[in-house]
Amino acid sequence: MEITSRSLWTLIHGMGFGTVYLLACSGAFVEFYRRFIARTGTIITSDSPFLKIYLFAMTLFAWIAVLTGTYVVYPWYRATPPPGTADLSGYPQKLLMSHAAIIGWHSMGMEWKEHVAWLVPIMITMAAVVVAQYGSDLRNHRRLRTAVLVMVLFSFVSAGLAGFWGAMINKYAPVTGGTTLTLMNGETR
Amino acid sequence: MINSVTSEQSGINRLPNGAGAAAVLSAGLGAMTLAVVAIIADHSAAFKKLMIFYTPTGPLSGVTSLAVIVWLLSWVILNAGWKRKEVGVWVMTVGLALVAISFILMFPPVGDLF
Repeated sequence: MEITSRSLWTLIHGMGFGTVYLLACSGAFVEFYRRFIARTGTIITSDSPFLKIYLFAMTLFAWIAVLTGTYVVYPWYRATPPPGTADLSGYPQKLLMSHAAIIGWHSMGMEWKEHVAWLVPIMITMAAVVVAQYGSDLRNHRRLRTAVLVMVLFSFVSAGLAGFWGAMINKYAPVTGGTTLTLMNGETR
Repeated sequence: MINSVTSEQSGINRLPNGAGAAAVLSAGLGAMTLAVVAIIADHSAAFKKLMIFYTPTGPLSGVTSLAVIVWLLSWVILNAGWKRKEVGVWVMTVGLALVAISFILMFPPVGDLF
């Protein structure tokens, strides 16, 4: 069982930090609802730092996901092949742009993904800092609380879009190459 | 439940909303910068070249870096001015509107209209 170093980085970026972020969003929504909207009265003092730590962890995941995407994986995606290269499999962007049937995965998908993904760390960093600053006092600021919740919702939708397009683009023009890593030696039949 | 009602009624320990509003508005400014700069880079070859901060990533490096700089700089400035103040609700509304508009502008068929 082998994987190339570029595929591994793509995996770390998308299925690793990106997916963990998306999964974490549901927990953030539940905590927001429980603490600031439902006000169930079940929150004890020792419980109060939980949301702050949770949102800062999400912030870390978001930054790692966009930075690895932009500065590690994206350069491989947009690499320019030497003149006369017939096999474009190592050049995903050029491969997509060479066929009318699949060009949309770049012109629509990647063009959207590469920008909208950057909303994610901006929104969640803002949310984490506001929750850390205000703590339980956020209950007394309805408009601010709503704004923060909407920003987290934007970050979730943006991360979902980036994840969807990333997965589909990698399906049609995978980022491959680099060092081949052997994960497991199987038996031939 | 009891704590929140008491706090709302008495107003004890209620922080002014200025710091939070500064965070929301600056996030909106950062998002809008990202959308607008991306559109400009898409339409101007000279500006696109100017946005190449890191060659392997291309213009995306400059577009996103500029957005992050505007976001953080505006956050620091707004926070310094508002952190001890109570500001109008309109600040939060503008911040959210900027994010919503920038989100729409990032959709390629909309961005290509300009």
